[in-house]
Amino acid sequence: MSATAARPEELDDATRPNYLNVSHTIKSWLLTQDHKRIAVLYLVSISFFFLLGGLAASMIRLELTSPRGVMLESETYNKMFSAHGIIMVFLFLVPSIPATFGNFALPMMIGAKDLAFPRLNLLSWYLYMIGGGLILAALLMGGVDTGWTFYTPYSSMYSSGHVVLAIVGVFIAGFSSIFTGLNFIATVHKMRAPGMTWFRMPLFVWAMYATSVIIVLGTPVVAITLALVAVEATMGVGIFSPALGGDPVLFQHMFWFYSHPAVYIMILPSMGVMSELIACFSRKRIFGYHFVAFSSLAIAGLGFIVWGHHMFTSGQSTFQSLVFSLISFVVAVPSAVKTFNWMATIYKGNVDLRSPMIFALGFLGLFVVGGLTGLYLASLATDVHLQATYFVVAHFHYIMVGGAMMGFLGALHYWWPKMTGKMYSDNWAKIGAALVFVGFNLTFFPQFILGYLGMPRRYHYYDFAPQWQAYNIMSSAGASVLALGYILPAFYLLHSLKYGKPAGRNPWGAVGLEWQTESPPDTHNFHEIPIVTHEAYDYAAVDEIEHAQAQEVMKKEAHMGSDE
Amino acid sequence: MSTATHTRPDPAEVDLHVQFEDIEQQNETYLVGMWTFLVTEVMFFGGLFLVYILQRWMHAPQWYVIHEQLDWRLGGLNTMILLFSSFTMACAVHFSQLRKFDKQLQMLGITILCAFGFLVVKFFEWSAKIEHHLVPGAHFEWAHAGASKGVAEMFFVLYFSMTGLHAIHVIIGIIVIGVLATLVAKRHTSVNRDYLPTEMIGLYWHFVDLVWIFLYPLFYLIPKS
Repeated sequence: MSATAARPEELDDATRPNYLNVSHTIKSWLLTQDHKRIAVLYLVSISFFFLLGGLAASMIRLELTSPRGVMLESETYNKMFSAHGIIMVFLFLVPSIPATFGNFALPMMIGAKDLAFPRLNLLSWYLYMIGGGLILAALLMGGVDTGWTFYTPYSSMYSSGHVVLAIVGVFIAGFSSIFTGLNFIATVHKMRAPGMTWFRMPLFVWAMYATSVIIVLGTPVVAITLALVAVEATMGVGIFSPALGGDPVLFQHMFWFYSHPAVYIMILPSMGVMSELIACFSRKRIFGYHFVAFSSLAIAGLGFIVWGHHMFTSGQSTFQSLVFSLISFVVAVPSAVKTFNWMATIYKGNVDLRSPMIFALGFLGLFVVGGLTGLYLASLATDVHLQATYFVVAHFHYIMVGGAMMGFLGALHYWWPKMTGKMYSDNWAKIGAALVFVGFNLTFFPQFILGYLGMPRRYHYYDFAPQWQAYNIMSSAGASVLALGYILPAFYLLHSLKYGKPAGRNPWGAVGLEWQTESPPDTHNFHEIPIVTHEAYDYAAVDEIEHAQAQEVMKKEAHMGSDE
Repeated sequence: MSTATHTRPDPAEVDLHVQFEDIEQQNETYLVGMWTFLVTEVMFFGGLFLVYILQRWMHAPQWYVIHEQLDWRLGGLNTMILLFSSFTMACAVHFSQLRKFDKQLQMLGITILCAFGFLVVKFFEWSAKIEHHLVPGAHFEWAHAGASKGVAEMFFVLYFSMTGLHAIHVIIGIIVIGVLATLVAKRHTSVNRDYLPTEMIGLYWHFVDLVWIFLYPLFYLIPKS
């Protein structure tokens, strides 16, 4: 820009350059190093994979309405739930909030111009796309029937599917999330604005940091584990297969060493979003800031030493099971600390029930159910009964779909005005939130009962127990409501792009630094790097100023009244 | 080495990326990123070390017999080569800090030569294994008393995957140091205004060296039990 041009903040919204309209070529999007544009790339590609995973899920639910498995062959059914699991876990849930909203909001929240390594950030999107493409290719070429867990020796010795191709895809997508995590860690450590101390950081940033630590420590292990499965499958040497002298339980140990912490990769970002939403829409400082921040780190730490609770019935020693059971109970404590602190924040808050807050409340309800049912599975005795039944399916969907997906939608509705500069219809969004909440419970609550009655997961033929059909039909009916709830946002959000009202800088009256930027922000976020002088969520100070201004106005009016 | 003797980069003339406020922030961020990357590398190798521990713990006496197929002299030679290359790499970082670019270039050259030397020794070791049908898979043969074929095959699975993964890291190291040396030879501004790129590549190279320091005794020097 030449020296005579107007300063960016003096231009009106239509002419002001922002990160979206700064250039329009496809090349400028594919080679962008702007964290906000990369976030948009992720949002689009992640939504695509979510749609695919959802289609697979709808096939599963359709099939289960009949106890005789009339629609799909057994092998096709296996491939269907594997496709659902692999896509949803590795291509949707793990990157969902970190790669989109973490990418978009984290640098702005700590007052930085960009992430520490913009090129690495772009590389991680390409790796994600390559990994996703390979997984997609494996599914199109005939699919994988191992489930998303790739349990050996089935995956390495007997499965006829394209396991190795899918594994290579997961391996590459794993490096995408490693690079994202690495980027976040360096950014949080070194890119904070002046005055942005660790304990002034928004809790979303704390959650992102804890998530990144898990990603960086856990993902390499699953990468090497899956590489070993591929070695066993292609070279026929016994690492995990007992027929060749390997140890199948070793695979489970190494797999769950990552994949249990991976559950926290999925839920911790959502918890971070919750802290933002609940503080903002209760107009209150978050209750027990330090406890919420440290509970994120505690979950990240403890999450690494609970993996054995997936193996209570896999032949690990009783003593091991005992210890893992105990630690699994302990990890519930920091999660409960968070939940109670959020509720204490809402208590006596000035609650504004706009759509992001509805999603947040939905999260609280679903997460509590998901968390408490986890305790049934952490108990040794009850787990023997519930292991590998629909109870487990319902439990982890309450956490991953109820928790992580609610957080994702909440974040989407909260930051959408910042991302696009447009407001969507809040009423439609509330309808969407209600549909998701109701549909979700209808889908997954019957599965708790099914699991308790003994229906095993991954079965599509249950003619031997026809009493399960009613619950399955209930679940499938709920799934269609849920699908409606997920499709609806696509309509009103896309509608808002063209017809939405301009959002302004700060439509929610939030205090985070990201709301001080324009909507949509400039390429480098801030005109001047902000200096932070207040703690996060300092809503009391904001409201005090507003209160004083209102009193001033009232006084003036009263004064004018007495003059007449 | 005291930092006082090093020429500090002049902030005005160093390439500062747009997301950073000053050169110190940029350098510190790069170092945090590099160390974090090395942590992921440790975890990456960690999975293989876990399998190693388990297998050796289960079959310790047999592993002693099998490990005699490896030549500790060649492994030892390679250990010396890598240790020396780590020393020359450290010298390269030192000369980069002193802005003695010719000497830095020499040191980088020696480091690359050592890395090639390491790979040459590895090549001879591995081709001997292929000759003796010790590569896991369909052609694996085992006829030595004191250890079963399955255990021996597993030993060589671990041997080849761990030293193979390490060799891949050595090759990547050669490429990266090669690029660095070319840039230094051209006196490219991205590497001679600041020593940080050299320091980061140095960290990587020391990591590669360190992994071998663990691999050598674990495979070549198994004690009789």
